[in-house]
Amino acid sequence: MNFLDFEKPVSDLIDQIDKQKQIGEKSKVDVSVAVRQLELKLEETRKTLYSNLTPWQRVQLSRHPDRPYSLAYIDSITDKNFVELFGDRTVKDDKAIIGGFGFIDDQSVMIIGQQKGSTTKQRQYRNFGMANPEGYRKALRLMKLAEKFNKPVITLIDTPGAYPGLEAEERGQGEAIARNLFEMSKLQVPIICIIIGEGASGGALGIGIGDRVLMLENTWYSVISPESCSSILWRSWDYKEKAAEVLKLTAEDMLSQKLIDGIIREPIGAAHTQPEKMFSIVKSEIKKHLSTLLKEDRKELVKKRIEKFCSMGVVME
Amino acid sequence: MSWFKRIKEGITTSTTEKKETPEGLWHKCPSCKHIAPSKEHAQRKYVCEQCGYHDRIGSAEYFEILFDNDQFIELNPNLSSDDPLHFVDTKKYTDRIVESQKKSGLKDAIRTAAGTVDGEGLVIACMDFSFIGGSMGSVVGEKISRAIDYCLAHKLPLLLISKSGGARMMEAAYSLMQMAKTSAKLTLLAEAKLPYISLLTDPTTGGVTASYAMLGDLNISEPGALIGFAGPRVVKETIGKDLPKGFQTAEFVLEHGFLDFIVDRRELKTRLGMVLKMLKI
Ligand SMILES: [Zn+2]
Repeated sequence: MNFLDFEKPVSDLIDQIDKQKQIGEKSKVDVSVAVRQLELKLEETRKTLYSNLTPWQRVQLSRHPDRPYSLAYIDSITDKNFVELFGDRTVKDDKAIIGGFGFIDDQSVMIIGQQKGSTTKQRQYRNFGMANPEGYRKALRLMKLAEKFNKPVITLIDTPGAYPGLEAEERGQGEAIARNLFEMSKLQVPIICIIIGEGASGGALGIGIGDRVLMLENTWYSVISPESCSSILWRSWDYKEKAAEVLKLTAEDMLSQKLIDGIIREPIGAAHTQPEKMFSIVKSEIKKHLSTLLKEDRKELVKKRIEKFCSMGVVME
Repeated sequence: MSWFKRIKEGITTSTTEKKETPEGLWHKCPSCKHIAPSKEHAQRKYVCEQCGYHDRIGSAEYFEILFDNDQFIELNPNLSSDDPLHFVDTKKYTDRIVESQKKSGLKDAIRTAAGTVDGEGLVIACMDFSFIGGSMGSVVGEKISRAIDYCLAHKLPLLLISKSGGARMMEAAYSLMQMAKTSAKLTLLAEAKLPYISLLTDPTTGGVTASYAMLGDLNISEPGALIGFAGPRVVKETIGKDLPKGFQTAEFVLEHGFLDFIVDRRELKTRLGMVLKMLKI
């Protein structure tokens, strides 16, 4: 288990519990009462700690090294009834975006997600979840496939941004994202987008146009990362916490700005401490929204989707 | 000592004065240093007669260059930015807006207008870089959205002239969602089969490139314009080496297949008029 700086009270208690258990084993003394007390204290500590997080702490949680990534969600919610499909049919297969058909119980869906890696090797293989244009084009190809066969689309968003590389520019990173925004706006099947980790800017939005856009409790979504915002506006990396505050990038903030449609609660201690529970919550949220969306008239659905995005923004006349 | 100081001050003053009089009598090309009378330079659409360098110009200049007899109806001229997030960095966002409005004489980073170009009806939305780097906030999105409504109501094509450093950070996620908003709105224009021409001018980067600027039925540009998603500095940091010559210029973007053509600004109106006639239903 990895712990963040502010999780110290939690990691201390877990250490204490482990020690008690070791003492119990070595000395054959009954430590069950002491352990039980510590466990209760751990639960209480978690409850208070995770319900009073600062925006920056939520950003940290969204990047927690133990946090589950898209494929783990997909495996669980489809019960491994998932067929991954590769390639954009033009240049190559982008490993930072994965997708394919899957069954959520009896419902066939297209699931697309940004994929990060959990080991150094995997992180490089997945390019840290930063897609190139071919990733966005693969996503669009799969969405069009879903539309053709009348299957709803689920996207799982978790990216520190679209990849700002030389080849990405040559192959039209801007065009690829723009095309997705345009095509997703009018895709004739229901789309549910869920931010499961980082929702950084255009790279996130590139698979983020949906009838329902939902954020997990400990994620962030904004136009720029707090670090980059700090470096641009304050000309220093030291204001990331302040930037996380002023950007109003948490799920609560985004909901109150009417820029997302809902928040999905995480288990106490955040998604990474109880991943199975997290997966089942996400699965039931998807099922709940799908049951409404699938009943809607498709023309009406698209009209509402376009109207929703067109109403975003605040101006003065 | 005081004599030296005076001379130095004298030099400083004269340079500032020069800089503060862009509408002075003479124009010096930033590329080849060619000097020409400002009035003539304006008549040449702010393009250097010697080297062809295209100056960055704003909505007022583009409207004058393109609309017949400089006649047009400006749409929603009074729309201006609010501060929904009460954003403060080193400065208050509201102060930035007021300052920028005073300095540029503009309400925000885009102006929209309807008129005719070579007799063809056209709505032009033109961004102004002089207003907070042409950054895209809610006003930019809303004005584009309303310009499209005007196109739909009057069956007119749209020309959108982009010139932007990207998102307006002080509007955070609202700014991000303008990408979604404008792209969604453009689907309605496409459905109505009304032409959309996107003119990407120097510079067009970030969220603007990743939304409406790249969605034209025709994407066109001016010679030498910087066009990209990530800024050149960011790309350079990412790859850890110097960028190839001409990287992210209009010519580079055309070679990679993302522009329909590059047009010299002195030919822009003629070419545009011709294209509009060709696309007429
Ligand atoms: Zn010149």
